[in-house]
Amino acid sequence: MRPVYLDNNATTMVAPEVREAILPLLEDEYGNPSSMHGLGGRSGKLLSEAREKIAAGLGCSPSEIIFTSCGTEGDNTAIHSAIESQPDKKHIITTRVEHPAVLNVAKHLERKGYDITLLGVDSEGRMDLDQLRDSIRPDTALVSVMYANNESGVISPIEEMVEITKERGVLFHTDAVQAVGKIPLDLKKLAVDYLVLSGHKIHAPKGVGVLFLRRNTPFRPFMLGGHQELGRRGGTENIPGIVGLGVAMDLAVNHIEEENTRVRAMRDRLEKGLMATIPDAMVNGFEASRLPNTLSIAFKYIEGEAMLLLLDQFGICASSGSACTSGSLEPSHVLRAMGVPFTYAHGSLRFSLSVYNTDEDIDLVLKELPPIISRLREFSPFRRGDEGLDWVEDH
Amino acid sequence: MWEYTDKLKEHFLNPKNSGTIDDADAVGEVGSLSCGDALRLFLKIDDEGRIEDAKFQTFGCASAIASSSVLTEMVKGMTVEEAEKVTNKDIAEALGGLPKEKMHCSVMGQEALEDAIRRYRGLDAVPAPEGEIVCKCFGVTDVQIKHAVVENKLTTVEEVTNFTKAGGGCEDCHGRIKELIDEIRFGVTELKPVIEKPAKLTNIKRFQLVTQTIDEEIRPALHKDGGDIELIDIEGTVVIVSLRGACVGCPSSGVTLKDFVERRLKETVEDAITVREA
Repeated sequence: MRPVYLDNNATTMVAPEVREAILPLLEDEYGNPSSMHGLGGRSGKLLSEAREKIAAGLGCSPSEIIFTSCGTEGDNTAIHSAIESQPDKKHIITTRVEHPAVLNVAKHLERKGYDITLLGVDSEGRMDLDQLRDSIRPDTALVSVMYANNESGVISPIEEMVEITKERGVLFHTDAVQAVGKIPLDLKKLAVDYLVLSGHKIHAPKGVGVLFLRRNTPFRPFMLGGHQELGRRGGTENIPGIVGLGVAMDLAVNHIEEENTRVRAMRDRLEKGLMATIPDAMVNGFEASRLPNTLSIAFKYIEGEAMLLLLDQFGICASSGSACTSGSLEPSHVLRAMGVPFTYAHGSLRFSLSVYNTDEDIDLVLKELPPIISRLREFSPFRRGDEGLDWVEDH
Repeated sequence: MWEYTDKLKEHFLNPKNSGTIDDADAVGEVGSLSCGDALRLFLKIDDEGRIEDAKFQTFGCASAIASSSVLTEMVKGMTVEEAEKVTNKDIAEALGGLPKEKMHCSVMGQEALEDAIRRYRGLDAVPAPEGEIVCKCFGVTDVQIKHAVVENKLTTVEEVTNFTKAGGGCEDCHGRIKELIDEIRFGVTELKPVIEKPAKLTNIKRFQLVTQTIDEEIRPALHKDGGDIELIDIEGTVVIVSLRGACVGCPSSGVTLKDFVERRLKETVEDAITVREA
């Protein structure tokens, strides 16, 4: 049975064109691009071609592309680079809704004596430009703000934030893992210093990513090793992954319009259908500008993991911000930062679509999810109008 | 994705006894909004004190629903006295096991049963736990943590979190939880050197200090758990020992050697000490 895959913000299927491009590299074309022989030379050529494709897709120069293993490595490299190149500056600004690849680095740096300012968001997940403006200090080394949120899909006002930051001469990094391929992006117009993307979010395989490093931006290598990537990232390049990412970037650029028309229409139909048939539901970030593929929706009185497992019975793949799916004891930090009440936050589901989804996928969710929710609500101790929460601890 | 047993999946997909009992003789209620689980347990008890019927309402994940379902199956037909002996371990075992991160779901079942039985006996709801609040995020006290450590033979902070939720939030209390584990397992609260450490150790002096620490502190602590330790040899700064008694074959013996024996010897003899089992 083909899964109804609606978890594309977690990872994506490898596109058929990407798979086709990679397969020869797993068979006969296995050369090391640093090697001085024909096999290596062919790999080197493929590496250069992929770099050019990705640079073209982002609107930058090929020399501004550093291949990494994933988004997390890109984020870590950018942040460490910014602070190590400015040792006198001990202040970093980021947000409460970042991915752990940024938040956990910030926590780590805080333990090492850095001062961290975490910008908040409003109930719709939107950021406050004045808060950023007021937070920048003479010793601010870096502002790091994600381009679009992986859970809510809310898009940050990056252009304005970059402008405010640049006026004060501070470096700017953005984790654009969720934005690339879903909304138009042109680094000729967007003056970020560092930008990170991840291959497996745009139909390339796992294990490859990109750190965009604007020319003349301070840089310190995070991974020390050989001369690869102009000495900026040691380690033999993942040629199959990089070639796949090159093809995936081409596809992503070509699919932008479809993402913003057909995919958006499917997402909107799903959202409206669920809101119309299921009472006590709430769209997280409803009023905000959101990615066209993402729907974060919360259902009161029930818990997310139970919904996911019952959806899985029908081959429907989604994800949840409930605590129980992560092994943590608290629900999604993003939903909590938005002030979503616990009873909704635990009952959240995230549907994230791609161009490979069909109207039939949406029909199936609209058919199967309402009875699942009714069933779980039947044995919930909480009820509409009689929530009976007085006996439950509310820490 | 969690690895759930077939038994757990069956109880989640087809829960037994969900719903309410209108004329219940006892209702137990427990839950926490932040952790996203809550359980209301209904018991119908006959004149002989035997549980005739049990039903549940649960807000929570698959483990919470399955734990509630299997609990109601277990207690039906039991006397109240028998039911009050049901532990979270019994609930987990009845499901064929729970992922370690989900053990608190079985604890919730036990607590709801305890609450219901108290109410059946005309007592108030389970009183606020005694002791000093250790985990402020989840309001867990030192008494609750010690109880969980003893009952379930817990040896790590992670295990304590899995069973009690303590330490699952901001993590500020992890140090205190570790101290409580040591207190239970080794009978010591704060390890302070009782032997003055000389600036430079000769082999003879090192041997004397190691022997003295083992005889006066480590062995008596292990005796409390039915275990023992024998000093086999000292090669430079490597102390070779052999565990005896209940420590032999104990799954936590590695933790005992590293976190207790070696740590204590580092404090009383010298930092370079490492402990190896013969």
